[in-house]
Amino acid sequence: MNDDKDKSDQDKAKGASHRRSIAIALLLGLMVLLFYAATIVRLGGNVMNKGL
Amino acid sequence: MADIGMNADMSAHADSSEGSVGDFIQLMKPRVMSLVILTALTGMIAAPGNIHPVMGVIAILAIAMGAGASGALNMWYDADIDAKMARTAARPIPRGKVTAEEALQFGSVLSVFSVLTLGVLVNWVAGALLALTIGFYLFVYTMWLKRRTPQNIVIGGAAGAFPPMIGWAAVTGSVTIESVVLFLIIFMWTPPHFWALALYRCRDYERVGVPMLPVVAGPAETRRQIVLYSWALVPLATLPAFMGFAGNLYLATSVVSGAVFLYFADKVRRVTEGREGDHAAKQLFLYSILYLFLLFVVLLGEHTWQRVMG
Repeated sequence: MNDDKDKSDQDKAKGASHRRSIAIALLLGLMVLLFYAATIVRLGGNVMNKGL
Repeated sequence: MADIGMNADMSAHADSSEGSVGDFIQLMKPRVMSLVILTALTGMIAAPGNIHPVMGVIAILAIAMGAGASGALNMWYDADIDAKMARTAARPIPRGKVTAEEALQFGSVLSVFSVLTLGVLVNWVAGALLALTIGFYLFVYTMWLKRRTPQNIVIGGAAGAFPPMIGWAAVTGSVTIESVVLFLIIFMWTPPHFWALALYRCRDYERVGVPMLPVVAGPAETRRQIVLYSWALVPLATLPAFMGFAGNLYLATSVVSGAVFLYFADKVRRVTEGREGDHAAKQLFLYSILYLFLLFVVLLGEHTWQRVMG
């Protein structure tokens, strides 16, 4: 009986941990996009000005 | 060998909680965060100068993240008293959804992230102000003042007053008198707001040993202080109009809503007994939120209108 409960708790914790990992991955992806966008904004038109 | 691997896997999960993404969002005090976003955005739009919309969004996200980090760190440190107070017992740590250690890690990572993001991508004046805000809220208010002095929310209130200044600094890269006035409005608003709450939650605070003003100085002195701070706040809130960075609509709003604020503050002073007394304090607490919201929404609206109309 206790074993079943422990297993169920572990499954719950594992599921929650999995969902949190997905949320963290999505947030990191969003952050990468934000930093990319900020870099483009900061560089502005100069991003195209490079010597050949 | 397989057994060892399995045990390691199980112990790893035993340390993690069942906290959902929603529980972690709750750790960030989303309602406080929404007010922080509004006031920071107002500071940003009211500031002279321009900021690229992408950088503006990044600044607001970083400020919101910093506010959320402060909330998580506050819940980590105050988990013991939160569990004993009716208002806070349903927070994720007392409910056992998130461990205190997880809240500490979450808050710490968010703090560093938000400050670095704002500093590196926007400017370091704004980044330093955000770091000061988080540090002030955690170390000065939560750890030092909250459990020691009835002046806890008077001084600690400064942490909640910084966001419009940070928004302003994100655009201008500096701290000016106008942004200090916005800071002062929230700073003076905080005591009557929280003391109204403390009046009808007095027993909660008493039980956990937090020396809120009604617990230490009594309800009568608290009511007197609420009226005094309200009289300081209302004229101060009209200053943006007289200093030229708010228009007539703001002036009218601050005068009318300020008069209503004073009415509710005076009602708290007059109606002191029983349920009616609690009701009057609750009315002031709820109205004070609407009051601050109105002031900043109107200021934001005026400046947005000016920018749109060119």
